[in-house]
Amino acid sequence: MELFLPESGLMIWMLIGFLIVLFILAKVGWPMIMGAVTKRNQHISDSLVAAKEANEALAGIEAAKEKALAESQAEQIRMINESQELKKQLIEEAKAEARTEAEKIVADARLKIQKEQDEAMAQIKAEVITLSVDIAEKLLQRELSDKEAQSRYIEEILKEEQPRIEA
Amino acid sequence: MKHLFRHITLLLLLTFVGLGTLHAEEKEPLDVKSFIFGHTGDGYCFHITEIKGKPVCVWLPVIVHSKESGWHCFSSKHVCELAEGETYQGFFIAPMTDPKHPGKLVEVTSSGEIKRPFDLSFTKNAFGIFLVCGFMLAFFLPAAKKYKKNPEGTPTKYQGLVEWLTYMVLDGIISPSIPKSKVPKFAPYLLTVFFFIFFCNLFGLIPFFPFGANVTGNLSITLVLALCTYVAVNIFGNRHYWKDILWPDVPMFLKFPIPLMPIIELISTLTKPFALMIRLFANILAGHIIIMVLMALIFIIGGMYGAGLGGVTSIISIFMMVFMTALECLVAYIQAYVFTMLSSIFIGMSQEETES
Repeated sequence: MELFLPESGLMIWMLIGFLIVLFILAKVGWPMIMGAVTKRNQHISDSLVAAKEANEALAGIEAAKEKALAESQAEQIRMINESQELKKQLIEEAKAEARTEAEKIVADARLKIQKEQDEAMAQIKAEVITLSVDIAEKLLQRELSDKEAQSRYIEEILKEEQPRIEA
Repeated sequence: MKHLFRHITLLLLLTFVGLGTLHAEEKEPLDVKSFIFGHTGDGYCFHITEIKGKPVCVWLPVIVHSKESGWHCFSSKHVCELAEGETYQGFFIAPMTDPKHPGKLVEVTSSGEIKRPFDLSFTKNAFGIFLVCGFMLAFFLPAAKKYKKNPEGTPTKYQGLVEWLTYMVLDGIISPSIPKSKVPKFAPYLLTVFFFIFFCNLFGLIPFFPFGANVTGNLSITLVLALCTYVAVNIFGNRHYWKDILWPDVPMFLKFPIPLMPIIELISTLTKPFALMIRLFANILAGHIIIMVLMALIFIIGGMYGAGLGGVTSIISIFMMVFMTALECLVAYIQAYVFTMLSSIFIGMSQEETES
């Protein structure tokens, strides 16, 4: 039965040993371990949240980049189109201008030719008139009875005046 | 592999048959009771082995206070090696067959009476307690120091082990039973209790010096542990807990004029730690006794039926002992677990706030 009787001496040793260990570990053991692990857990969960946020921010940046890229591409296409349009327009304008210019030149030339023609006509008229007058003068100067001789003479005059007529 | 196993068995058989024949004739039959209780009980010296009939022991200090002669302090060598009838400073160790104080230090008073003095000897179990205490401090304090020094650093493997052990108890036992806000207050006690019991149990299974003291299989130790839980439950219990004990929600005639329920509740506060004390003590002691009985069986059979049968028994016994020791490793954990879990449940119950 001695097995079931507690020994006061051993109980005292047990109490001393156990309470010392309990005191030391409760003061500098467990709180440190638990504190550090709790802090680390907190740190890890905070970091996970931060990483998630960063990922989301990154995804936002990525989307913004894509958008900007698409926009710039559209802008580029638009600009190219615009410039082509402008080019076409410029060419059209230049063509039209050139046409009017050419038309103007042609008209001018035509006018000038007309004028020259008129001038030449007038000159010719004047020439014919003077020629006729000269011929008449000469005819008058040489009174000829003979019709045939008269004709021959006219022929002669005409032959004489040939270069003048032709001019 | 099969052949190897067969060879080992044969070798063991031959060895034990040989040993059996060698010793069976020389020795008197084994006193099983003193063999078992000598090993599972407390002792004044740490018996290691015997060489040529002389015991090889680690002598521990004996500290006693006698009402007649005051304090005495001497090495247990003086009292352990006494022949029958001799005394040292008036003290001797009663034999295991003594009906009153078997295996304990007793004093012969001047009137010739045999009395038990106040015994504060640093016994085998006291040695075991302080071994475990020292081990716990050496195991947990460096980790705590590392955490304090570098709280943000990556934990080393050793810190990982400490963390794993701590959080196994903390998350598996303590946190589910105690209100969350009270965990930091009671966790140090419960963790210390768990690891104290666990290491005591394990060290008790190691059969050589400086281990092997059957600490948790001793009622004095489990009594102190249960007392600590009793204190933690009842001293720190809140008003709600005490109201439930002294004025529970039962019909009036059960608590007035005869406080029937309060008496039952008060007794229940005592029976809870009492059950804790007995459970741990009985489980560990039973495991040790089974192992010792299996060991003794070899010599009992050998003594009764001769060396041959003793040899055969030894093989069976050794396999059984290996099995039992493995089982005891499991029990070492389970009992520490159960003690801590019930303690935390009792503490948790005493900390519950009124349900609104």
